[in-house]
Amino acid sequence: MSTTASAEPQRPAPTSSIKLIGTLGLIALFSGLMVVSVVEFTRPYIAENHRIALERAVLEVIPGAWERREFVLTDEGVFPAGEAPGPGRTIHAGFDAEGTFKGVALEASGRGYADIIRILYGYDPACECVVGMTVLESRETPGLGDKIETDPAFVANFERLDARLAADGSGLANRIRTVAPGAAEHPWEIDGITGATISAEAIGSMIHRSADGLLPELAPHWAAFEQDIQD
Amino acid sequence: MAAKTDKKPITMDTFLSGIWKENPVFVMLLGMCPVLAVTNSVANALAMGLATTFVLLCSNALISVLRHHIPKEVRIASYIVIIATFVTVVDYLIHAISLEIYNALGAFIQLIVANCMILGRAEAFASRNRLSGTLINGLGMGLGFTLALLCLGSVRELLGSGTLLGIPVFGEAFEPWVIMLLPPGGFFVLGVWLLLFAWIKERQIKRAAAGTGEAAAHAR
Repeated sequence: MSTTASAEPQRPAPTSSIKLIGTLGLIALFSGLMVVSVVEFTRPYIAENHRIALERAVLEVIPGAWERREFVLTDEGVFPAGEAPGPGRTIHAGFDAEGTFKGVALEASGRGYADIIRILYGYDPACECVVGMTVLESRETPGLGDKIETDPAFVANFERLDARLAADGSGLANRIRTVAPGAAEHPWEIDGITGATISAEAIGSMIHRSADGLLPELAPHWAAFEQDIQD
Repeated sequence: MAAKTDKKPITMDTFLSGIWKENPVFVMLLGMCPVLAVTNSVANALAMGLATTFVLLCSNALISVLRHHIPKEVRIASYIVIIATFVTVVDYLIHAISLEIYNALGAFIQLIVANCMILGRAEAFASRNRLSGTLINGLGMGLGFTLALLCLGSVRELLGSGTLLGIPVFGEAFEPWVIMLLPPGGFFVLGVWLLLFAWIKERQIKRAAAGTGEAAAHAR
């Protein structure tokens, strides 16, 4: 009997709970220190990357713009960022080299084919039209849905897209919408893309929704943008 | 267990096995999620390959150094925490280096933590070998993974967009095969590469067998 017992392989003694907790605790401590250090180290670089990307996008959608300035739209009016009396919506304005106000860049978003699409579009109050559009975020199908940013013919729709306000100023005079490729008859219609119908229609409807809601609020304050640069 | 294999000699095979004989993608079929998802361009493939190599090297190095101090009961939990730490590090680094690449790779950077190749190397190699061997083996595996991603990425970008690293190759007359940029294109290109790898390996085995046969005949 004793022979049988000695033939059995000896199991190693189980590790104490304190050692297990201590090991995991130390590894978690190392992990926490490492992650916090990297977050702190990369924070200014990431912020700078986002600032550059936003600056590039704003100047891209406002033709002739040379400089970007931030304003805040509140219930009391439009104020330069930092001078607003309360919280509000940030508006990016573009100015040329001489300091002339060229337009504003507004953000819009909506559901596309794959996911939410985020865009930035430029609006020029002088012509009351959309003057540029760029995609900030999109997961549309490569080669099909992503034509909303790569197809030159589609992007050309936004060089002078009518977005004038109705006579009473309560909203847009005409509904901005995407139609079949080559079927646009009015300056507020967008020629769609074959094979990317949902994505192209999403762009039209998100611009209409955004402009219809925001432009009536901004329209009384265009002078405030020009006033700021003169000051 | 660690003591048994600690003195395993470092040979050329320690490095080369990951590139050819035990290639994580073409032989072991590991990490298929990023292999199929982010290889629609060479730049994305290269960025994902280098990010994975960084995580593999750093996590396995730390696991190798701590191998005698991590009790076996909590080893998997410890490895996962260590790997997740370095994935977070590489996630922030890519975000700081290039916003374009960060946006293109999307959630797949965070998903490196679930790449079986990294946990597999930690359990099968790093936890049983010295730091030097672990680093050499990890580098070979990382390069093998990166090369495999580049093999897929270059074919898919070439046929799907007509470009290589964004530079047009075929001229304006070329009509891109959009399917190559979509998931079915990834499966198709992977299948062709696997077929090619299997064919080369079979040829090598036949040649080796023929060589052995001839040597035996000469000896007789």
